[in-house]
Formats: sequence, structure tokens, C-alpha cells
Amino acid sequence: MSAPNDSPGMEIDLLKGSTRSFRSRVLLAQETWIALAILVLGIVVSLISSKFATPGNLLNVFQNACFIGLMALGMTPVIISGGIDISVGSILGMCAVSLGVVLNADMPLVVGILVTLLVGIGCGAFNGAIIAYINLPPFIVTLATLSIGRSLALVITNNQVFYEFGQATESIIALGGGYSLGLPNVVYALIVGVIILHFLLTNTRWGRYLFAIGGNEGAARLAGIPVDLIKVSAYAFSGFMVAITAIFLVGWLGAVTNAIGTGYELQVIASTVIGGASLTGGFGTALGAAIGALLVEVIRNALLIAGVNPFWQGTFVGSFILAAVLLERIRSLRR
Amino acid sequence: MTPLARLEHIVKDFGAVRALDNVSLDVHHGEVLGLMGDNGAGKSTLVKTIAGNFQPTSGTYHLEGKPVTFHGPADARREGIEVVYQDLAICDNLTAAANVFLGREMMRQVGPLRVLDHRRMNIRAAELFRELKSETRPADLVLRMSGGQRQAVAIARTRLAKSRIVLMDEPTAAISVRQVAEVLALIRRMKEQGLSVILISHRMPDVFEVCDRVVVMRRGRKVADKPIEHSSPEEVTGLITGAIQVA
Repeated sequence: MSAPNDSPGMEIDLLKGSTRSFRSRVLLAQETWIALAILVLGIVVSLISSKFATPGNLLNVFQNACFIGLMALGMTPVIISGGIDISVGSILGMCAVSLGVVLNADMPLVVGILVTLLVGIGCGAFNGAIIAYINLPPFIVTLATLSIGRSLALVITNNQVFYEFGQATESIIALGGGYSLGLPNVVYALIVGVIILHFLLTNTRWGRYLFAIGGNEGAARLAGIPVDLIKVSAYAFSGFMVAITAIFLVGWLGAVTNAIGTGYELQVIASTVIGGASLTGGFGTALGAAIGALLVEVIRNALLIAGVNPFWQGTFVGSFILAAVLLERIRSLRR
Repeated sequence: MTPLARLEHIVKDFGAVRALDNVSLDVHHGEVLGLMGDNGAGKSTLVKTIAGNFQPTSGTYHLEGKPVTFHGPADARREGIEVVYQDLAICDNLTAAANVFLGREMMRQVGPLRVLDHRRMNIRAAELFRELKSETRPADLVLRMSGGQRQAVAIARTRLAKSRIVLMDEPTAAISVRQVAEVLALIRRMKEQGLSVILISHRMPDVFEVCDRVVVMRRGRKVADKPIEHSSPEEVTGLITGAIQVA
């Protein structure tokens, strides 16, 4: 059934994404600005010091950024749904400690990986279940599990450091610290993670419902979306990405201490927000989270290389968070 | 001709409070019914009874001659009774098409995966907007839209579900004059498509511009039910305030 068209040409542009051209959409994207910031920062620092733009240092920056980046990918769906997970550092501790315990008991790597994934997903789902079904604020719930997780990591290890991984010693170190085709393995993990999360967010019901819940939870419920279940899945996904991070990080460090991951939550949330996710929910991209993580790491590294007292790092990262939030505000005015 | 919906002698008590007192109402095919009354007159209770949110304490409810009992809004929706909420049901951060299909997305198979069929949803949404003669673009974000376009999105949602009765709760409250005109035009489109619309409004001019019939509630009772051309804004105002007892 189609009524006669009263405005000519209406039909043609009805299906176009927007009146804005591809170029102006790229210019409006937060990812573009962050990438530009990384480039400018990189050029400035390499003018100051020849140590920055060496292959060794750049690979190092990349590798460090990947650990935070993987966790930021996990944080993205949570933030899109209007939540927050500040327990990721402690979940990382739990995952790493579990991996250490299992491998220390001379279990094969596969078992270690499976246990780590289960612990990560379990911790995330626990957060999500309390948030969704008991309806407590995400900030408070994950603040509690931040404390619980770190404490349990201490209890499990009894303040021991694990560096004996039995039969899996070589394989875990090769996985987490190794290279493939000239790049650290964790870089591939991040790239695959970005592609998969981008697909999930833009092309599946799960992604669509996350955005809907973050945009208007009441509307999502009226539309018959299983809001609570989707929320639990978002936190479980965050836990899953933390577990993946733990596996690579333990392999790279070659040891597990119970302090592993302490304070990571701030860097992870900073990366996600700098990458364009809105803490009020409803916006965020996979690529943004990864690029945000890279920027945070470039700032840290650049300050070190430039010989700035490392005590200043927090000030710079904090300023970039503020700048990112301001940028988002300006963009939303122009929308 | 059997009315589309017939409510007879509906009573609804909330404890000691009688919210609806022996209300009978017919809703005919393809008519726009204006439902007016002061706050607490029983409009919302009546609408919620029609939409299945409330079960009447006593009285009968027929749809095309068939008795119905709704245990929730989902039951009513299955029978083609949809409510357009003013702000509740729209996600600003999604596109118009995404909102129209929210919860009932079209999917397509790509290898082993089932993915959102953006193209088909945009095309179908564009058709619905064209039927409503609204210039809403399916792929635009709702947060960039006017109040009228947002209403079009909410109404298009109900069209997707093959609705028969659309209940609109204060759709013209808190929007600009130009947008009010857009919404009223949308209501006329729905009528042309053969839908029945129940318009709950405080705005006298809207009701007199677009409705075929006006029903006035006061203190849980129906005090007027007449063709719009046999009434006047003055009379309706009198009925709402109680200056005129019954008409």
C-alpha cells in the first residue's frame, strides 16, 4: 500500500543514512579526533626525544595499550546500556590468580584458560544479576565487588606469587608474550575483539537492545525486550573480556601477583569515555574504546620518554578525559 | 453494524474509591473519539481498562461482538489495541526505523549468523511513514526529530502490529503549535487507514478539530457522548467543570 508522494524526490533520499556526507560524519566522529590527538602527540614527542619513534618503543606502547583496550572493549557494552563496572581491576586479579593456581597445579593450559574464562564470566554475571534483578545502582554494586574480588585474590593466593606454571609454562608465555608475524599476539586479540564487538553492536539484536536500554529503559521494557537478561549479559561480557586480558597479561608478565590489575578500572573507564562512550548510556563504539586505550597509553609513554616526572601522568590523563567529555558535549550540540 | 469495541456498565473500584461508575462506551470502526475530563475524572482508568492494564470490577467488554478479558496490556496488544505513550516509548539514541522495529526486528541469515536486516527495516519503515504522510527519514536518529516526527515514529510502531484501536494519551501536550498540526494530521491519516483512535486530551481546539465524537467524564461517570458537531467547546467546558450536569 503506498500513498501518492506529495513531495518529489522524497523517495530517493528516504533510505540514505543521513543528510550528512561521509566526510562530515568522519569529521564528527570522536574516533577521528582521538586518532588525530595520538598522531600530534606522537610527532611532538618524537621531536623532543628520538627514543619515542623507535620500533621497540612503539611496539611496547601498542602492547600495553592492548591489555587496557581489551578490557575497554568489555566495558563498552556495559556503558552503552547505561551501567558502569568499576570492579574490572579486581576481576582481573581474580582471573589471573585462578589461572596461576590452576597452572601451578600442573594442569594443561586449556584447563587454565577455561577456568579463567569461567571465573571472569561468573564474576561479571554476579555483578549483572545483582544490578538487574535486585535493582541496585551499578556503581555501588561493582564498588562492593571491587573490594570483594581483591580480597578473595589475597585469600586464594595467601599473598604468594606464582611463577611456576608446570607443563603450561612455555605455552602460556608464548601466548601472552609471544609474537606472530612481527606483532605481539595480544595486538591480534585486540583487533579481533574490535571487529567482533563492532559486529555485535551494529548487527545483532543484542547490540540493538543494549543501545535501547541505555537510551530509554522504560521504552525497552514496553517493547518487550528482556532488559534484565541483557544487562546481565553485558556485565558477563565485560568479565569475559577481563578473563581474556588476564590470560595474555599473565603470559606476558610470566608471573601472577595478587596485586595484578589494581587501579586498572580507572584507565579502562577513561579509555572508553575518551573513545566516545557516554556515561549516561546509549552511545559508544568498539573502535572508540580501543583508540581511547591507545591514547591513554601514548600519553603515559610520551611523558616518560620526554622525561616528565611520572607523578604528572594522572593530571594529563584526567585532562584528556575532561577534553573528551567536552568534545562529546560540543558534538551533541551540533547533531 | 457491531461496534469495534463495546464496554457496558463498567465499574472499577480501587478499595473504597469508585473510579468508574457504570460507564458504557462504544468505539466504532474508523472513528476518532475525543475523551475529555478533568484530572481524576476517570479518563485514565477508562483508557487503562480498554488497554488491558486494569480489569473492571464489573461490567462487560466486547470486541466485534466477542467478549474479552485482558489480563495485561500484552493481551490487548494481541487483539490490536495499542497505546501511544507521549515520551515513554521512544529511544532518542536510535534511528526512527530501529524504534519502529524495537523488539520485533527483521533478521536475515548470513551463513550461520542471524543479523539485523537494516535495509528491509528501513524500507518498511519508510513505507509506514509515507502512509502517514510524514517526512520522517527511517535512518535518522530520533534525537534530531521534531515532536511531530517522534509521534509519527510511535504511531508507525502501532501500524506495524496491525492495530485496530490506537489510544493516544495527551499526544499534543508540551509540543509547539506547528507540531500539534502535524500530530493532528497523523491522527487523520490513521482514520483514513480505517483505524479507530481514542484521543485523550485537555486541549479543546484539538478535540474539536480532529474528533468525530466527544465523550466527557466527570467523577467516574460518563456525562456526555455526542457527535462533535452537536456540541461546542463551551458546552464541553461546562460538562468538565460540572456547570452543566448532563448533556
